[in-house]
Amino acid sequence: MKLRENYENTKWGRFVRFVNGGEMAEDNFRLTGEQLLDAGLKPSQKGQEAQHVDLYHKKRERSKQDHSHMMEQYENWSKTKGLKIFGSIYRIISMCICLLVILVLLLTVANMPKFGAADAPANSNEVAGRYIEKGQEETGAVNIVTGMILDYRAFDTLGESHVLFIAACTVLILLRIDHRKDGSLVHAELAVEEDDRKLEPKNDKILQKAAFFLVPVILIFGIYVILNGHISPGGGFSGGAIIGAGLILYLNAFGFQKTERFFTYRTFSVVSLCSLLFYSGAKCYSFFCGANHLESGIPLGNAGDIISSGLILPLNICVGCVVACTMYSFYAIFRKGGI
Amino acid sequence: MLTFKAILLLFLVVCAVATSLSKNLLTSVVIYMSYSLVMCILWILLESPDLAITEAAVGAGVTTLLFFITLKKIHAMKDMQIKKKGERGQEEKGLEKGGEGAQ
Repeated sequence: MKLRENYENTKWGRFVRFVNGGEMAEDNFRLTGEQLLDAGLKPSQKGQEAQHVDLYHKKRERSKQDHSHMMEQYENWSKTKGLKIFGSIYRIISMCICLLVILVLLLTVANMPKFGAADAPANSNEVAGRYIEKGQEETGAVNIVTGMILDYRAFDTLGESHVLFIAACTVLILLRIDHRKDGSLVHAELAVEEDDRKLEPKNDKILQKAAFFLVPVILIFGIYVILNGHISPGGGFSGGAIIGAGLILYLNAFGFQKTERFFTYRTFSVVSLCSLLFYSGAKCYSFFCGANHLESGIPLGNAGDIISSGLILPLNICVGCVVACTMYSFYAIFRKGGI
Repeated sequence: MLTFKAILLLFLVVCAVATSLSKNLLTSVVIYMSYSLVMCILWILLESPDLAITEAAVGAGVTTLLFFITLKKIHAMKDMQIKKKGERGQEEKGLEKGGEGAQ
């Protein structure tokens, strides 16, 4: 990339040459030689000068050869001997780091207070005491964990639901196989892959019979876990994951044609969007009331009833819907490139 | 109960080490699934049944399934099928040769 004709002689050109191989010295030498010749030296001296120049050139060529040889060795070094040295060092360092981490973890575990000890910092905390003593009274949930997750710290759970939704959207963007409006594929080479994906569920009799009996039970158990989230252990996330796993089992046994009767892309988007919007709206309302010291007007009901504890039950249902849809759609997108 | 816990914890450690050491990716995923199941029992013993439910559904169920699909997508389960069936003898030989060359 020469910008000017006399680029070679500009300061920048000299600098580049100096950086690339240091040919500045040679030029200087030639210049001095020519200058000497011009200065009218004796013929014998001229001869000596020529010999000097030849010697100099030979030396330079030899040094250049040595240099290139050294560079080759240097470049191959990383592939042969360097790799071995790097491998051994890498192994030693990784072993050291592993042992160090194990040591730190074991020391931490050894210094932790006994499980369930009354004077442990986790148990003598003011916040935990408040949750345990007044949790049922304030949230109306018998299950303190759900009371914490969906009432005291509902903002966290809101974020988690959105993270799941965004993760599903991202996977959809990355792995989706595009169709044209008439149903044909945009890329022809994807047809084989799509065939493979759609024909995937073989008619396995054992799997189908097992799924026939197991799937309803799994789905009902998931619904039970969601609806009883504020009474018994469990909640929206666990129940949603159970329902999602049941749907995946059904999909594996009977194929996409049967699941597409009740679960399509539209179902996914509508259910997820409605759940998240309801969750956001409900939490906006309670935050607004709480910040302005207003009565929210939502009855807490008798602790222990199914319909009690205010907003926790609907929020559990919302989280369960989002999680179930996300689990199923993850699997469907991975398998088929679409829901 | 203490011995039961000790056996479970030992199994957990063995599973964790075996997952990282097994050469076959499919085997390592299956071992990871059993790790999740043992972890699920341990959660119940630690008196947190809600975590146990989640671990069983997500750790042992959905995660393993996603791993299986990923392995199928990157054709990591192909070698095993060929070796099991033994139908495509030439391909098997070719694979073995390739393996030796790589070593």
